[in-house]
Amino acid sequence: MSETRLSVLKTYKLFIGGSFPRSESGRVYEVTDSRGQWLANAPRASRKDARDAVTAARAAFPRWSGTTAYLRGQVLYRVAEMLQGRGEQFRAEVAAAEGLSKSAARAAVDAAIDRWVWYAGWTDKVAQIAGAANPVAGPYLNLSTPAPTGVVAVLAPRDSSLLGLVSVLAPVVATGNTAVVVTAGTAPLPALTLGEVLATSDVPGGVVNLLSGRAAELAPTLAAHQDVNAIDLTGADEELAAELEGVAAENLKRVRRPRRSAEDWTADPGTGRLLAFLETKTVWPPMGV
Amino acid sequence: MPTTAPALPLADVTATDAALRRFLHGLPGVDAVGLEARAAALGTRSIKTTAKAFALDLAISMIDLTTLEGADTPGKVRALCAKGVRPDPADRSAPSVAAICVYPDMAAVAVEALRGTGVSVASVATAFPAGRAARSVKLADTAEAVAAGAAEIDMVIDRGAFLAGRYMEVFEEILAVKEACGRAHLKVILENGELATYDAIRRASWLAMLAGADFVKTSTGKVAVNATPANTLLMLQAVRDFHAATGRRIGVKPAGGIRTAKDALKYLVLVNETAGEDWLSPRWFRFGASSLLNDLLMQRQKLSTGRYSGPDYVTVD
Repeated sequence: MSETRLSVLKTYKLFIGGSFPRSESGRVYEVTDSRGQWLANAPRASRKDARDAVTAARAAFPRWSGTTAYLRGQVLYRVAEMLQGRGEQFRAEVAAAEGLSKSAARAAVDAAIDRWVWYAGWTDKVAQIAGAANPVAGPYLNLSTPAPTGVVAVLAPRDSSLLGLVSVLAPVVATGNTAVVVTAGTAPLPALTLGEVLATSDVPGGVVNLLSGRAAELAPTLAAHQDVNAIDLTGADEELAAELEGVAAENLKRVRRPRRSAEDWTADPGTGRLLAFLETKTVWPPMGV
Repeated sequence: MPTTAPALPLADVTATDAALRRFLHGLPGVDAVGLEARAAALGTRSIKTTAKAFALDLAISMIDLTTLEGADTPGKVRALCAKGVRPDPADRSAPSVAAICVYPDMAAVAVEALRGTGVSVASVATAFPAGRAARSVKLADTAEAVAAGAAEIDMVIDRGAFLAGRYMEVFEEILAVKEACGRAHLKVILENGELATYDAIRRASWLAMLAGADFVKTSTGKVAVNATPANTLLMLQAVRDFHAATGRRIGVKPAGGIRTAKDALKYLVLVNETAGEDWLSPRWFRFGASSLLNDLLMQRQKLSTGRYSGPDYVTVD
């Protein structure tokens, strides 16, 4: 009789405040691959998990936004290094989640790593394109600099489990915001594994928080939360997005609406997402006192 | 419910040093494991909807909103008073706190700011927080606070004397301070974190109650271990048994380290289940706290609007 080894199944968990809790509610849901085969159970986050994630993101904000842009870039670059080291696992998870061939999955993961590096490079350059020394008619120097908006809730795209996620998450944190991400409902595993990468790459706990579950359940809580400063509705369908936009108006959140047509995640992202969650701070220092 | 009350007639036990020592050491020992398990078990109750709304408002009305910093200024005390009177300016249904707790030299400022509001002024005294001063200094400290208009005095016991076993000295000091208080309420701070054992906390509670304390208070908030559910539960048992033995009702005030609404609700469960419903009033139970109020207000806003609130919607103090 040959000895057969029982494989060790992985328990996927949420990523909140730098640690990996199960859902407070104790709920999980079944995640299947593109052909309906069971892959794993993922935690189904509750409203209280969303609240805890916002608390963690708020607590992390002063330090992360106060970190120098250069250091933030180094930390994000480190994330890309760690992503690369875990490449094989991500390729397998992305292939299963999206039903891609091996080579297509490899291309998606490589593009995600490149995207992360690209945004890491932007951290100390965004002030050059979003800031200015303004001409004024007086004995003053007038400077505008971009400042992060605060805690940003992100609904990750449903059609691209890793590349799409990185494309919406990296620009939010690169500029010094902290994020609470609702992962793609049917394909949360690459996102939850990304949490393990973030936990081991010098990103302070709470800067990125990852919730798996149903967007329809979590998003209204985040949209209504008074301590969330902005919301990216990329992963919401048209109906949900309209509802959330209304709720988000209560405390004048910045809202980024989803595109009507599907986004091409492999295309050049441009700086739109980088600039979406920035405020402009203008100071008037007197000259020659 | 097993009682920890002594069988002796209480009038005799404070007659002599020896009798007092015999009495305090004759109190039943505390089952530390049982006490902590009981406190933890009572902390698991789930309080929702209307019960939660009631408990949040009750907790707000029980707060002794405190500022005890070397950097306190009259302006800061006035701001705190304004907040205590109307904790949530956007929602007038939020109750006022019970008292504002300050150092004696700030009592006059608080009295002025709170005149006619129904919020009372509590002042710490007796060389707070260490209590290491001559008795004459402590009494003068108390008298000044009372003269400034403080309606409640929070004194610290001499932990050095207590731990050295000089119980009569502590007893007499509390008596003397109580006399200096006149009509002001006296809260006696045991500083549980420095008493080391649960047995000592039980003895100190009885000592303070015998000496005429109106409240027993867990701690100053200035040491590493402050109010815990277990040591508060122990003090609640003591006031319950003292009430059973003498008919005199004593209040309890946990202070220090209670920062969240969730914690506050757990304490209210302890009160209800140990001392009973009669103690669920600002007259008999207080929270010594500063940041707790903001969390209670945020929870209150969540209940009334259905949206989670945030620190941007309460005052910074």
